[in-house]
Amino acid sequence: MLTILFDGIAYGMLLFILAVGLAVTMGLMNFINLAHGAFAMAGGYITVLLMQRFGVPFLLCLPLAFIGSALLGGVLERTLYRPLYHKPHLDQVLFSIGLVFMAVASVDYFVGSTQQIIQLPEWLKGRTELGSGDWMLGMGHYRLFIIAVCAALTVGLQYVLAYTRFGSRLRASVDDQRVAAGLGINVNMVFLTTFAVGSGLAGLGGALGAEVLGLDPSFPLKFMVYFLIVVAVGGTSSITGPLLAALLLGIADVAGKYYIPKLGAFIVYSLMIAILIWRPQGLFVRKGGK
Amino acid sequence: MQKRLFLNAIALATLTFTATATLAQDNTFKIGLILPMTGQQATTGRQIEAAARLYMAQNGDTVAGKKIQLIVKDDTSLPDATRRLAQELVVNDKVNVLAGFGITPSALATAPIATQSKTPMVVMAAATSSITQASPYVVRTSFTLPQVSVALADWAPKNGIKKVVTLVSDYGPGIDAEKYFKERLIFNGGQVTEALRVPLRGPDFAPFLQKVRDAKPDALFVFVPSGAGAAVMKQFAERGLDKAGIKLIGTGDVTDDDQLNDMGDVAVGVVTSHHYSAAHPSALNKKFVEAFSKANKGLRPNFMAVGGYDGMRVIYEALKISKGQGGGDALLAGMKGQIFESPRGKMFIDAQTRDVVQDIYLRKVEKKDGQLYNVEFDVIKDVKDPGKAK
Repeated sequence: MLTILFDGIAYGMLLFILAVGLAVTMGLMNFINLAHGAFAMAGGYITVLLMQRFGVPFLLCLPLAFIGSALLGGVLERTLYRPLYHKPHLDQVLFSIGLVFMAVASVDYFVGSTQQIIQLPEWLKGRTELGSGDWMLGMGHYRLFIIAVCAALTVGLQYVLAYTRFGSRLRASVDDQRVAAGLGINVNMVFLTTFAVGSGLAGLGGALGAEVLGLDPSFPLKFMVYFLIVVAVGGTSSITGPLLAALLLGIADVAGKYYIPKLGAFIVYSLMIAILIWRPQGLFVRKGGK
Repeated sequence: MQKRLFLNAIALATLTFTATATLAQDNTFKIGLILPMTGQQATTGRQIEAAARLYMAQNGDTVAGKKIQLIVKDDTSLPDATRRLAQELVVNDKVNVLAGFGITPSALATAPIATQSKTPMVVMAAATSSITQASPYVVRTSFTLPQVSVALADWAPKNGIKKVVTLVSDYGPGIDAEKYFKERLIFNGGQVTEALRVPLRGPDFAPFLQKVRDAKPDALFVFVPSGAGAAVMKQFAERGLDKAGIKLIGTGDVTDDDQLNDMGDVAVGVVTSHHYSAAHPSALNKKFVEAFSKANKGLRPNFMAVGGYDGMRVIYEALKISKGQGGGDALLAGMKGQIFESPRGKMFIDAQTRDVVQDIYLRKVEKKDGQLYNVEFDVIKDVKDPGKAK
């Protein structure tokens, strides 16, 4: 019972790290980036390849996955994404879905399409159990680790967006680019950084998720739906929205599969439909927001 | 420049076209090998193609006066693509045999084409029982899931496993495995307390495995396509199911030779039943494994490879028996009833069902010279596909 709750929270947290970058680009920068999962996959593959081919320890791989995907995101923002900021959403959707297919095909070509397997360090493999009977709480160490990383990230992101100078510049650039530029804010730079960080977060999520979700070239397509659900349900105007949405979905998904395995995979979608009928703009929308 | 390129392209196209047209008239025997070479099942395609080429390298490419030509097509595991490619191979390339077929839907989609064109269709991978019933021209050299899961259900009760929870991927082969395992286990006095089906794209096994743990069975029976096996096994250990006294048993897909080494020590001790292991202790198999890995940069052959290798053998021999006549019915007659020694052990193509009859082995994962292998410790002789009885 508690174990299910715990697993659900860990799963939700993982979804959150994967999706939060999308919430930032989609909500704040108003760009529909369906290729978000491709950056997550990049992070996952950076980790796997570093570990398998060069024996880099797992913990060191995580920041490298973040940096690698952030660099990739930055380069692509500068070269491919920027010209599309002012194009209609349909163009953005078609463009980014095209990127996804290219990413899938190129990973398939260069690395091969087998499931990649990560060997975690010993101390992350174990499991701690508290209590017994129905209220037993079993915590996999790796899932605890995910929750810790994610909590730290959430606090950090929230702080950056709400309290730092960069956060206010970003919000200003989003609300009115021309005025922001007039005030001396380098809008291009702000967007570039934001996009890179968003991609980096996706990469980190991919690196963390490779163990739990599995990693193969179809990763971006498989999880695109989950990212989009998190963002759609959570709304795109804050960090807390997607966080709570991801937690809700993670718990619902895990509990659904546990208690009603026959319907398991369906629960998430039904929940999403119900929430979106009730609040079409997402669960936590800023009053007066877009 | 543009125009010139275009003209060149046309010239080249005509050239290849005429070249194939003339080839078709002379003494070639064409095998159209349709495999998933990219996409999720790409390892299947890679293994089978490598094995087929190995067989040709070892046995020459001229049989009964005909030159064998292998045409490999990639269907990316999409049944409609398989069907289209099969059509092209039959109509344009005039192939004598269709072969390959990585997944069940692909094989089923192609069966009507085999029937209409009277082209023998050698299934080298797909393992749902009903495939051979889809067309009288289907011959199978891989295995069927009822075949391997029933063997496990015979073994389990004799070894103290009475209460079992099954966990299978929710698609054709998975449902086959669940059904036949359950029936036979009940017949042998065991019971299946819970039958879980996980979505084929189920990302996280955690909730299902937690349910297994709470149900406290003697063992968990697993069938998942080979890629997902590692994830199940790791989470099985992470969740402490092994410490709770639950055994992990499954069909050989879970401990696929292709991936076994990457899985690490969690795999040690897992008991599976299957028709082939790279560690099968026979002279023929040792030679096969050695030649295979030599030709493919150290790659270890898995059960898919052996299906492809034996499939080529069946085709070669049928061509010999029919004395080089390429006709579909003559070839089919030559394929039926072949008995021979394969790297997997003795096997037999049943003349009635056109399905493979073979020994099924029980194996346990063990570490040998720093590598993981499925080591065979028991055998059930001459297992016919139980799915055909009804």
